[in-house]
Parts: sequence; structure tokens; C-alpha cells
Amino acid sequence: MTAGFLVLSAFLASAVEFVEALTIVLASGVARGWRSSLIGVAAATVVLAAIVAALGPALTVIPLSALRLVVGALLLVFGLQWLRKAILRASGFKALHDEHAIFATELEEARTAERLERGGIDWYGFTLSFKGVLLEGLEVAFIVLTFGSTQGSIPLAALGAAAALVLVAGIGIAVRAPLARVPENTMKFAVGVMLTTFGIFWATEGAGGHWPGSDASLLGVLAFVIASSALLVGVLRRRRAILVPA
Amino acid sequence: MKKIVAFGRFWWNFVVGDDWLSAAGVAIAIGATAAVAAGGVAAWWVLPVAVLLVLYVSLRRAIAA
Repeated sequence: MTAGFLVLSAFLASAVEFVEALTIVLASGVARGWRSSLIGVAAATVVLAAIVAALGPALTVIPLSALRLVVGALLLVFGLQWLRKAILRASGFKALHDEHAIFATELEEARTAERLERGGIDWYGFTLSFKGVLLEGLEVAFIVLTFGSTQGSIPLAALGAAAALVLVAGIGIAVRAPLARVPENTMKFAVGVMLTTFGIFWATEGAGGHWPGSDASLLGVLAFVIASSALLVGVLRRRRAILVPA
Repeated sequence: MKKIVAFGRFWWNFVVGDDWLSAAGVAIAIGATAAVAAGGVAAWWVLPVAVLLVLYVSLRRAIAA
């Protein structure tokens, strides 16, 4: 059961981040040329691989209860950030993520930026792609490492992330346009719920608490987080209807 | 010095984000869980209740802002 959650969580979180990275790389490639942009993607991938290679083995030697406490706390902080934004978007208090608008803004900025070439590489295009992939990828690396190490299977978490990469990159290459039709807020909602669920579960165990029913209670925590989020969306929608009458 | 500050700021933004109160709430809630567990009382219920409270307060602050 937890293996399925693990792969699904890593897949969804990674897919959301890869969609955002794809938008930046596409804008960079279209406006500044594909060579510099793709070199930026490759450089960021190497840095990310180095981070994973350095931190992965280090995490496996930390005692499990300490690891669960720290990872649980971090996942909870991450999960609450995702959940808060997803609830605000679902209730209308925050605008939905618009990949077309972000693409247009990035494209305009990339087109008007000064051209500075060194060694045949346009540095604006390189830096834009590099930063985009590194920052979005860092979150993926964090989720894969923490989920994987705490559940004792980094390869399984990496499998979910790799599947998301293949899917998003494949569609990106095929359509050569930002993936605006992806139900991004629904996916972010799901990721927020899963991060928060795992965060509650592991942080409690790490702090010395014991779940009734052991691993099976993960389903109960999941149901609680989903129900709480749905309740909060309902409360906020009613509040918005009062504040902003139709 | 500037690079150290920028490095620290990057990690602060990456982990804590724009809502430090949620991060503080989580830290307090985990501390409370540990304290209840250390007292020999069932502590599994503390974090779910605390997370709901922290999320509610965080949303209220976001709307007010």
C-alpha cells in the first residue's frame, strides 16, 4: 500500500514541477535558441544528479526514527504550503496557474534581454534554462530522497519521478507548447494532501507516537487530510461568496 | 558574506516559503507530540488536530493579506 502511495506521490509531485520547468525551457528555446537552452538543461541535470548522489547514501545511514522526525517535519511544512495554495485556488481566492500566461511573460522577457555570447553559448538562454530546471528539479530531488529514504526505497520513488519526466518531456517534445491543459491545481491538491499525510504519519512516529493499526492508519490520516481540505475549501467558498457577491 | 546570506535566504525560501507561521506551528506541534508521547499517553491524535488548526490559521492570514 505504502509503495503505491510512494510511487504515486513522487510521480504527481514531479509531474507538476516538470510541467513548470518545461514552460521555462520552451520559452528559453524559442526566444534564445535551442542549443544554449538544452545545454542549460543538461548542466542542471548534472548538478541535480550530483546532489542526489551525494545526499542519497548519506540519508540511508541516519537512524530511522531521527530521519522520520526530520523528514516528516519537512514534508509537513512543504505539504501545508502546497495545500494552502491549492485550497486558495480552489476557493477562488488565488488565480489558477496559467501556463500560457507564464510562457508569454517568459518569452517576452527572453526576447528583449541583451545577447551575450561566450564560447558559442547565449548566456541568458543557458541561465534561464539552468535555473528553471535546477529550482524545479531540486524540489523533485527533495521529494524523491526524503520519501524514498524514509520508506527504505529510493529507487521506487525515483521510478515515479522518472515516469513523470518521460511523460512530460515526451508530450512537451510532441506538442512544443506549454502544457496548459494539465489539471495543475488538482495535481497540486493531490500532492499537498499526500505530502501532508506522510508528514503527519512520519513526524508522529519520529516524535515517539504510535499509530493504532500501524501502517494501515496511513489510510485514516489520508482520509482525514482530504476531508479537512474539502471542508476548508467549502468554508472559504462561502466566505468568498459573501465578500464578492456574484 | 553576501553569498552566505544569499545561500541562507535561498534555503529559507525553499523550505519555509512565504508562511513562517506554518513552519513554526508544525515545529510546536511536533514538540507537543513528543511531550505527550513521553508522558506515556497516546499521542497519534496531536499532529492531525494541530495541522488542521495551523492550516486554518494560515488560510485566514492569506485571505486577510
